[in-house]
This record gives sequence, structure tokens and C-alpha cells, in this order.
Amino acid sequence: MIEIRFHGRGGQGAVTAANILASAAFKQGKYVQAFPFFGVERRGAPVTAFTRIDDKPIRIKTQIYEPDIVVVLDPSLLDTVDVTAGLKDDGTVIVNTEKSKEEVLEKLKKKPKKLALVDATTIALEILGLPITNTAILGAVAKATGIVELRYIQEAIKETFSGALGEKNARAAEEAFNRTVVYEL
Amino acid sequence: MAEYKPIRKVVSGNYAAAYAVKHARVQVVAAYPITPQTSIIEKIAEFIANGEADIQYVPVESEHSAMAATIGASATGARAFTATASQGLALMHEMLHWASGARLPIVMVEVNRALAPPWSVWDDQTDSLAQRDTGWMQFYAENNQEVYDGVLMAFKIAEQVNVPIMVIESAFILSHTYDVVEMIPQELVDEFLPPRKPLYTLTDFDNPKAIGALATPDDYYEFRYKLAKAHEEAKKIIKDVGKEFGERFGRDYSDMIEKYRTDDADFIFLGMGSLMGTVKEAVDRLRDEGYKVGAAKVRWFRPFPKEELYELAKKVDGIAVVDRNFSFGQEGILFTEAKGALYNTSARPLMKNYIVGLGGRDFTLNDVRKIAEDMKGLIERGELDEEVEWYHLKR
Repeated sequence: MIEIRFHGRGGQGAVTAANILASAAFKQGKYVQAFPFFGVERRGAPVTAFTRIDDKPIRIKTQIYEPDIVVVLDPSLLDTVDVTAGLKDDGTVIVNTEKSKEEVLEKLKKKPKKLALVDATTIALEILGLPITNTAILGAVAKATGIVELRYIQEAIKETFSGALGEKNARAAEEAFNRTVVYEL
Repeated sequence: MAEYKPIRKVVSGNYAAAYAVKHARVQVVAAYPITPQTSIIEKIAEFIANGEADIQYVPVESEHSAMAATIGASATGARAFTATASQGLALMHEMLHWASGARLPIVMVEVNRALAPPWSVWDDQTDSLAQRDTGWMQFYAENNQEVYDGVLMAFKIAEQVNVPIMVIESAFILSHTYDVVEMIPQELVDEFLPPRKPLYTLTDFDNPKAIGALATPDDYYEFRYKLAKAHEEAKKIIKDVGKEFGERFGRDYSDMIEKYRTDDADFIFLGMGSLMGTVKEAVDRLRDEGYKVGAAKVRWFRPFPKEELYELAKKVDGIAVVDRNFSFGQEGILFTEAKGALYNTSARPLMKNYIVGLGGRDFTLNDVRKIAEDMKGLIERGELDEEVEWYHLKR
């Protein structure tokens, strides 16, 4: 079972990202589970969301405490939230940032095995005209982890957002896939 | 019988409920929104707006009215549904008696949510269990699949015994969690669940009837006995419908208590609802480490499956009852029921009550492990330390 934790801010679509990733993995033939942290969400406040992916039905109903993969949608969270809390020793961290590998590593409490960086905000502004990074960042997830193929992520995006909006968001994911830089540490 | 090819979708527990309502060809829905139930009735409204479901939707100003309108619809012979949670269910309390007393086969999805104060929107079974004595049957779902299956079976069972049924799911842990659900093609649902055939309807003007009339002391007693008898008879109907569901769709519900690795277990966990998914996962891990442990999930709390509980209890040394609920002045509600059900039997396992997860406190694999360690020690010593443990308490 692969456990993924998303960190974002209320309104950035972390919960939608978790759901789209689950739908994409489902299309690829996996069993999935996606859920928000059941907190008191407000626009702008730190939020978390979770996705589980497995080859067999998922029975466990708890939050995720030891993620395999952490996805950070908002770079400012690195200063306020311990995003690597509980991260597995061979875990992966994916961050939306314009900063360098060194600058990001300095902010992480635990050094991941793999670090992937992408400036998803710029991509989202270019393609969507809005700094909403939840679809773009999924392209980075596909690139960095290989758990779900990009085409399934794009399919799931187009199912979530219909018409031209879906096409744009799918393009944002592809652009992020192409621009993501992955570091093995 | 057409060949069964399931339609697999990733949906929340609430959407699973809404799809089941559509597939059951429900005719009337009357409901009032409340977190975390709202997305059930939103989805139903969407089905209606898109022309996907032919349902008469009655917006109302409260849950009391929601149940009143559902009762009215059911009394005309319609297949009727509503949904609520927590405070809304509490407000409905009076009308719940009117539904069961009138012997109307209403199905309601109830999303377990803690009662205020302090204000909470998270999972807790005390709301539904506080309606224990309203005469409704209660089915607790472990996952989104069981929400969907539960609603379909509930209509078939309710319409045979003329007793309303609550299908109960966990706030957020099911209601807002997306998971894979196998849905049944409409024509096969139609074969399993044909249109309701009511014994009496208020709209049969050639044979006028009244419901909810006065019963003097000379008659009231027998009305109560008939409802009590209907619950007893429902046990067989539940088994038959659960078996038929398994034969048609591959998921067997003939047991009112689901047994998981209980056959050679030294002790078992007994509980209800979504937390039992985590318990089953933990049981596998504990088994790998040599613990002879199993899980027993009470699917039907009303009618209470005491015969099945006895069959389990006579084979084990201990039962850890995990209650996400509490009856103040006493103990966890399933614990009381389970002990009571065994009193006049020869089964005397050591039983301890763990109060867990109230108001959505996360109940984890590690929690199950700690309880297993505690139970193992108690069984070895042969005595209880305390009968009821507030397991998560910050000390």
C-alpha cells in the first residue's frame, strides 16, 4: 500500500488533488481511498488530504501517519508545518516551489530519499491564469513517483473539470510533468 | 437472470447512498440538510435535476417535518427515503416512533455524528444508538460498499416485515471518503428489488384505512407485541435477503455478525461500523505475530443478533468490546447489549469495554494492538482490572 499526504492551504484544492489522484490510480486498476483531514477548514489555513493506493481492497480507516509520499502545494507551508512528520525513510517529497534543492532541504526536518521540485504556481498562472496548483502538482507526482501514469491523471482531471477547463488543467499537469526536477538523495 | 457485471466507481459514502437510492427506484425523498449528511441529498437532487431519477423531492423546514413527510409518502404506498445526522436525528425522535408504530418500510441513511455540546461534526455512534428503542431496525456499514448494499437490502427487508430501517455510516470516515464501490446495473437491481407491494395504502379509497389512531389499553399492548414479533421475524428475512444478495452479487450478508478469523481465536474484538475495517487490518498483523485474535462486526444492532453472539462467545476466552459511543451512568452501549445477551447462556468469556473514537478521535492500528496486548494479559491473569476503560484519555 502506498500512502500519500497532501499539504495545502484551504482553497488551493488539496482535497481535490487527493481525489483526482485516487481516480487516476483507480483507472490504472488499483484500489484507492481518498479523504480530507477532518478538520475545520478555512480559506488560507493549512489543510491536509490523503490518498491510499493498493493492489487489494483498502480496509484501514485511519488518517495517514507514516506517508510514503508527501506533496506540498504551497511553498510557504515549509516554514510553518512539519511536512515530513512521519515520512518513511525511503520516502519522497514533492514541493511546488521556485527555490533550489538546497533551500528546500534546509527547511525540511527530515531528509527524504527523493525530492522533486516544480514551480507549479508559475505553470498554473501561465495556463489557468490562477495560482491554483492542485492539478499541475499531480503531473509532478506522476514524474517523481511513477505510481500513476500521466495519461490517467489527465483523464481523471478531465472527468473532474468538464470542457475547456478540464483541457487546461490536463495541460497544466503535463507541463508540470515536463518541468519537474527529481533529485535522488 | 441477466449476467452480473458490476459498475465500479470511486465515490464517497454519501454518494454511494445516493446512487443506491436512485437504483432502488425510490419515489419520494423528503430531507433537510445537515453536515455531514448534506451531500447525500444534494446528489439525489442532482439526479432529479438531470432527469436521471424520477423522485418526488420534498424540501422541508426541519428534520421533524422530513420524517413526517416521509411517513406520509410511505403511507400512500410509495417507496420513501430520508437521511440525517446527529442533532437532526434527535429532532426527528418523536416521528421515528410514528414511522415504526405505523409499520412503514421507510429507509433512512443516518450519518453517525457526535451530539453537541461541545459542538462537533465528527464520527460518534451515540446519536443512532440513542434511538435504540424507537422500533427501527439498525444496520451499521463498515465501508462505502456496505452503505450502497445496505440501502438496497434495507428496502427489500423493510418491505417484507413492515419495519423502518436506518442504514448507518460514519461521519467523514465514510461520508466524505472516496473509495471503490461496485454498483449493480439497474436491471439487476430491479430483479432483486421489485416495486413495493404495500398491504394497505391511504390512497386506496375503496378500502379506507386509518393509521396512527387511538388504541385503548385493551389494544395497545398487542400492537407493541406485533412490532416486537416483527423484529424477531426480521432475523430470518435479513439472513435470506443477505444470502440472496450474495448469490446474485457476490457479497454475502447472511450473517448478522460478520466473523473475521474468529474460528480458532482466543479472543475477539466486537464492534460496529467503520472502525471494524481498521480492526480487521490489525487482526491480520497481530496474527502474523502469533496473536490468536479475530474480529466480529455487528452489522445489525436491531434486531440484536444474540444467537450469533452466543455461538461466538462460547468459543473464546475473551471479548474486547470497542464502543464509539457511551451511555452516561453506565458504559458503552454495545457492551451492555452483548453482556445482557449472554447472561442466560453458558458462555462466560472475559469481557472488557474500551471506549474509543468519540467525536471522531482517530482509532488507529496501534490502538488495536494496545488493546490486544491488554486483553491478552487480562485473559492470562483471569481477571479484569476495570470493566470500562476510557482508552484514549489524556492523562
